[in-house]
Amino acid sequence: MRPRIVPLGDSSALVQMGNEIDLDVNQRVHALEKLIEASDIEGIIETVPSYAALLVHYDPLIFSFSHVKTILQRKISQIRETVKRKRRTIEVPVRYGGEHGADLEAVARHLRLRVEDVIRIHSEKIYTVYMMGFTPGYPYMGKLDGRLVMPRLETPRTRVPTGTVAIAGSQTGIYSVESPGGWNLIGWTPLKLFDPESDSPFLFSPGDEVKFIPV
Amino acid sequence: MTLEAIDIGALATIQDSGRIGWRKFGVPTSGAMDSFAYRAANALVGNSPRAAALEIGLGDITFRARRDCVIAVAGAGYQLSVYIWDFPLWSSYYVRAGWTIRLTKLDSGMWAYLALTGGVQTQGRLGSASTNLRAHFGGLDGRQLQTGDVIHAGAPSHALSDLAARTLPESARPVYANNPVLDVIPGPQENFFTDESTATFMSQPYSLSVVSDRMGYRLEGAALTRRDNSELVSEGMTMGAIQVPASGQPIVMMADSPTTGGYPKIGAVASADLPLLAQCTPGRSKIRFRETTVAKAEKKYRELMAGLDGVINSD
Repeated sequence: MRPRIVPLGDSSALVQMGNEIDLDVNQRVHALEKLIEASDIEGIIETVPSYAALLVHYDPLIFSFSHVKTILQRKISQIRETVKRKRRTIEVPVRYGGEHGADLEAVARHLRLRVEDVIRIHSEKIYTVYMMGFTPGYPYMGKLDGRLVMPRLETPRTRVPTGTVAIAGSQTGIYSVESPGGWNLIGWTPLKLFDPESDSPFLFSPGDEVKFIPV
Repeated sequence: MTLEAIDIGALATIQDSGRIGWRKFGVPTSGAMDSFAYRAANALVGNSPRAAALEIGLGDITFRARRDCVIAVAGAGYQLSVYIWDFPLWSSYYVRAGWTIRLTKLDSGMWAYLALTGGVQTQGRLGSASTNLRAHFGGLDGRQLQTGDVIHAGAPSHALSDLAARTLPESARPVYANNPVLDVIPGPQENFFTDESTATFMSQPYSLSVVSDRMGYRLEGAALTRRDNSELVSEGMTMGAIQVPASGQPIVMMADSPTTGGYPKIGAVASADLPLLAQCTPGRSKIRFRETTVAKAEKKYRELMAGLDGVINSD
């Protein structure tokens, strides 16, 4: 799909680069984000990458939408697909099942797999942080192996503890703060995903690679 | 020590112009719900536009001044009294040590901003003083004010006597209304909805639901139906964006909006009209929307913000 630039209100421009969860599309989104970040344009406040789009927040007292659109079109033309960024891989220890992985057995039953197979399939793949959102520090990761694709819970839980590892659809995530949640809970990690007191408050950044280590 | 909260029936939090630069990590901007009133209150007491102030909503609150200071209150939905006098909002006042400052909630309107000379001092988190109540950080340890809390102000930019008795003329203020008509810029998924639904949304009144909060204002009215049921993958959102979940009842995202969302957005409320929306009263206000263009919205916003330069000495 050719990128499409549309206004979201009068202070953000949305660059839509696709409409699916796809690693190539997502890498183009991250590439565009890096190009904009590197240009450090006064009046462009910040950018938010998602699966297939980049939202660009700007100061409407400095820029009009049409001006921002021109800048973004130029940046889009500079995306080079062949340049692969070096990515970091973050290892995440996970205790599968138990109190904080309360849905693990139900997931295995639903998928007609053994619990140990769910653990093996979930932990053998390297995932990409496609985007962050929902709560501070929450990574949306994928793509899950097709054998682990699960619907969301019919009734979301009102409280899911911090550090809970979960799956839904073709995605896997980790609850970064205690919050309501509708994903299937399969494990728990002691790693802190968000610490507002720290100089580096987030464990993950969009574009990181992640490997789960069963413990 | 400047102000002590001695009686709180309100939702009062420390807010500023918002937490910038962390949205890609999923951190909402937070900040003032009515950013114009917040900016005006700071301008009236000679503060920088990003100085932290108190956002007060939902109920009454009383402070006692522990030392002389100049305050300004701007916004809607409140009656201000200082010591033994009732005073209008949108002006700055000299407050002597020992005097009380009382904000009493009126039936219509939602948020008042109390700015202090020198700004409210807190240890910022992620570059902002704003309170994020859901993730429990910023402001006062991530929580709302409680009785007994003491608010500290920084050094005033000028002599207190130069900062008192200033006002923002009525002509420069937003025209708040119980039942406003708000400009909406269509997109990005306007074409997901039937023409009839778009026309309905841009003409019929919607009630502001009582379950509205700082994260989102929920609307109740004619349900919007989709012609395109293809699934949308999550993408970035912003304050003012109008999401339409499966129920067809729109939700306008507000200051504590999540940074991303997966429901189609029929449009976004123009920045110049966000203060009018913020000050609508849940359970009372009926809101109408009308289509505008980005160019018109930009012009309207510039005109509104230029009004902040109009602070004058009122005596």
